[in-house]
Amino acid sequence: MIDQAGLAIARAHRSEWSRVVAGLARRFGDLDLAEDAAGEAFLAAVERWPREGVPPNPGGWLTTTATRRAIDRLRREEQRHGKHEAALMVFDDSPPEPAGAVDDDRLRLLFTCCHPALAMEARAALTLRLVTGLAVADIARAFLVPESTMAQRLTRAKRKIRVARIPYRVPSEADVGERLQGVLTVVYLVFNEGYLAGSGAEPVRRELTDEAIRLGRLLRELRPDDGEVAGLLALMLLAEARRPARVSPSGELVTLDRQDRAAWHRDLIDEGHALVRERAATGEAPGRFQLLAAMSAVHTAASTARETDWPRIVALDPSPIVRLNRAVAIGEVHGPGAALAEVDRVAVEIDGYHALHATRADLLRRLGRRDEARAAYDRALELTSNAAERAYLARRRDELDE
Amino acid sequence: MARYMLSVFGPAEREPFGEYGSREAMGQALADTGAFNERLERDGHFVFADGLAEATSATTVDGRGERPIVTDGPYLESKEHLGGFWVIEAADLDEAIALAAEGSRACRNPIEVRPFNSAESVRATLDA
Repeated sequence: MIDQAGLAIARAHRSEWSRVVAGLARRFGDLDLAEDAAGEAFLAAVERWPREGVPPNPGGWLTTTATRRAIDRLRREEQRHGKHEAALMVFDDSPPEPAGAVDDDRLRLLFTCCHPALAMEARAALTLRLVTGLAVADIARAFLVPESTMAQRLTRAKRKIRVARIPYRVPSEADVGERLQGVLTVVYLVFNEGYLAGSGAEPVRRELTDEAIRLGRLLRELRPDDGEVAGLLALMLLAEARRPARVSPSGELVTLDRQDRAAWHRDLIDEGHALVRERAATGEAPGRFQLLAAMSAVHTAASTARETDWPRIVALDPSPIVRLNRAVAIGEVHGPGAALAEVDRVAVEIDGYHALHATRADLLRRLGRRDEARAAYDRALELTSNAAERAYLARRRDELDE
Repeated sequence: MARYMLSVFGPAEREPFGEYGSREAMGQALADTGAFNERLERDGHFVFADGLAEATSATTVDGRGERPIVTDGPYLESKEHLGGFWVIEAADLDEAIALAAEGSRACRNPIEVRPFNSAESVRATLDA
């Protein structure tokens, strides 16, 4: 019985947290109040569900309980200040737009958390706390900062939202495209922070990759027709699918061409491929995430690295990062000299990106230009603090001397 | 409606024609700024606006001690200083940012958008 209640609470936390917070935020116009009341409702569930049984509609129970807690708190504050306080945050009380426009509270919550007037790290932290419900201590651990620092970052961001009146609403049709790009960028940052863990001993921080994929699925649910939403989800799924083969037992990064493809998650690959096919079928011009996802789909479609459809990757086009990936494909088709020329064309734009130098180093090594290769490995090592990548790069550099 | 200050920043030392380069460019920036002011008034955003003389003309006064200490120059040493400002009313930060973008384009300078204290934000500070 207790186990059953525990499972129900865990499930409700995953599926209902953002709904409860978002609904309270719209109703009361205060993110702090929404977050605290939602937290209290889940605590009440932990206390009561094992004893009284799981309610037939857990989400409804949580919303009602959280709303009561919020009203109780407002009444206490009202007494303290001797007057009723109007809604604190700017919120949109208008009825839902007619069909086609978005009316989900969770989308408003995402747009508020990812508002461009907030610092990028605050956007990521707020999104993880308020939308996915990750505990402050867990967010702090994932971003490798002390819990007090993370708590302060969150408090400051919520205070700015209130004091500067960052609105709680879906942006106008004119702005929604650009703002949605901003939301996707935050989600991708969270994913990469976990997948390419910038520093620390753990090469992959799964709490971040898992949450980013959950956010990707939520966005897909909220904006099912958006190409970049589908692209980002596909991209993350196809990366996550390769995770089991990506780090060796000794903790070293395993490059794509040497990965054990049998260890890849087949279901995630299928899901990612289906999204990429869906987008290709629309015939619309793909954005950045769709291009990256399409490339990833070509890679993951091959049962061995040799069978990769490189010409197809060359045909997909070209932000600097995309062009860097494309250069690798050119190398497979036309040899390392041609690839190096392409890499050097994008080098200025992304000089601070360690993968640029790692790619250059590998091409220079294949061309037998050992001194230049060594310098490029050194530069790549300077630019990454990921333990697995560092181990890989250092070994490749040292192999130059053999 | 909330009240915001839009602060315009520019170099401490002003070149001839300000930072605009030529008499014509400066004239055009002033005309664009004037048109922006009119738009603010027309749409009910305007509270107050003005430009400041160069920062080197400032005097800093500290009256906390027994007798005031008077120093030549601005309070903060910096290469760039407040050069002028608008005080506007806007529904929320999105509207204030949109207006600041227009103002920045008109006066050819970056703008800082900052909310004024409200009864609520003062109370939040007292409660903290």
